[in-house]
Amino acid sequence: MFVMPNLVFFALFQGWPILANLHYAMLDWSGISTGAKFIGLDNYKELMQDPYFWKAYKHSFLFMFEAVPLLLLGGLVSAVLLNNPLMRLAKTYRTLLFIPVVTTASVIGIIMVYIWGSTGAVNYALLKLHLLDKPVNWLGDPHWAMFTVVMIYVWKNLGINMIYWLAGLQSIPRELYEAAKMDGAAPFKTFIHITVPLVAPVGLVILLLDVSGALKVFDMIKTMTDGGPFFATDVVSTYIYRYAFSSEIGLPRLGYASAAGIFFAFTIVLLAIAQAVIRGSFRSLGRRRGA
Amino acid sequence: MRIATRTIYHIVFAVLSLLWIYPFLWMLAASFKTQNEFFAKGLSLVPTNWDLSNFRRAWTNGNFEAYFLNSVIVAASVIVIVLVITSTCGYALGRYSFRGKGVILAVLGASIFVPLEFSIIPVFQLIKNLGLMNSRMGVILAESGGGHVLFVLLFASFFRQVPKELEEAATMDGCGFLRTYLSVVLPLSKPIIGSVVIMQFIWTWNSFLLPLVLTLSSPNLRTLAVGLYALRGENVVDWTGIAAGGTIALAPIIVIFLLLQRYFVDGIAGAVKG
Repeated sequence: MFVMPNLVFFALFQGWPILANLHYAMLDWSGISTGAKFIGLDNYKELMQDPYFWKAYKHSFLFMFEAVPLLLLGGLVSAVLLNNPLMRLAKTYRTLLFIPVVTTASVIGIIMVYIWGSTGAVNYALLKLHLLDKPVNWLGDPHWAMFTVVMIYVWKNLGINMIYWLAGLQSIPRELYEAAKMDGAAPFKTFIHITVPLVAPVGLVILLLDVSGALKVFDMIKTMTDGGPFFATDVVSTYIYRYAFSSEIGLPRLGYASAAGIFFAFTIVLLAIAQAVIRGSFRSLGRRRGA
Repeated sequence: MRIATRTIYHIVFAVLSLLWIYPFLWMLAASFKTQNEFFAKGLSLVPTNWDLSNFRRAWTNGNFEAYFLNSVIVAASVIVIVLVITSTCGYALGRYSFRGKGVILAVLGASIFVPLEFSIIPVFQLIKNLGLMNSRMGVILAESGGGHVLFVLLFASFFRQVPKELEEAATMDGCGFLRTYLSVVLPLSKPIIGSVVIMQFIWTWNSFLLPLVLTLSSPNLRTLAVGLYALRGENVVDWTGIAAGGTIALAPIIVIFLLLQRYFVDGIAGAVKG
């Protein structure tokens, strides 16, 4: 009885949508209930032939491959450095680095448009430091837009990565470090031989969270560039939004947008299975060698 | 040597921290500047005369009064709904074994990987078919949707540790099932409730896509996150007004986070370790 309420909310807003999506994807449908026409797999066919879809698809993965390593590494380094209880102010630094995490992504996006704009602080600082000789239109230049979006995304999410890693670091028993110290191990060696293997399982969870977060990025891209300039930052989520909800291109095409979502989700599931299989075979290989 | 490393450590982190909060300081300063001052000295962090007209403009002309109210109502209602459904579900899963429990756990666990972006179209249609399009109730229900796996697991693992004797004593004293739950078990879980409330508050307050698509044709129901986006769409050059709107949207969340930081960080840490 007690599980029912949560299950109902789950079924309505997460379970049912998956099935409904599969159905919608086979319709030629603008969202007005009478106008739906069953067209089988035609949406997928059209999708496969749309160069803009492939561009968005590529950008989603590009975004993920650029942002996730920076987040993982940056988060780990700052966590290790700020895990030192003897350092004064370490707690304050942690809090300050964490603040962007709790703030509204769409609001941040809008504020960043000015800060990275031609009269904003980024250009001002780089000009003053003589790293640039004329202002760069970071978000408006197709050449730089993706880089800028990734930087801002990393800025916003570094803090949560740091907290994830800190949780992992703090579950390592202190005695291990004391023992290493007694044996005269250098700090770097301690890090490689004790810290890294022990936080690796947590690291895997963080990796998964980062990858799934980066692949569904929407709020900041929507408010900063809306996929532009010239589709330079268009990702799958903004592509779907454009077809499902935006009036720029005439009537919405809900069926087509659903097909794009399903295709993208499908590749992610395939990737997840592939990496699980690879990990599994590595593990069994290791076990055989160990035996 | 040690003093040198220590100094470098502090310099590096002081600079980093400044970079991390600079956008907020800039926004706060800009929101108090007059248009003229903003054009002359857009980057200075201390306004010369603290001007409140930007806030007045955003609050009344920019409709932020309504947006603020919407954000508060939506966040509060979603928190209540989510607390009720996750604590009951967590209680049942943590306390009792019944048929199908394994399946429920597996399905909820797998749901983490279903991104909102790909369920947004059916959710949009569902709210529409329920007749709740362009109503606050629609936004609230949609925001409460989902499996809330993290919260359910937090509650479940907490309730698992509550000694059975407490419930038995309550039953002996004549408490029914619901009564036992409400007045004996639930009050014990205050720390978990704290984590759930603040995390859900932050998520709902910051949510953008759902309120955006559910209020496309009813501007009065926009939340702050959507409202600022709309303000910028209508007013590309009014940066001081936008900064004031941004301050209205972000100040509550930053203040609440700073006050209740511990609950939030504990909840997040529980997520990766759990």
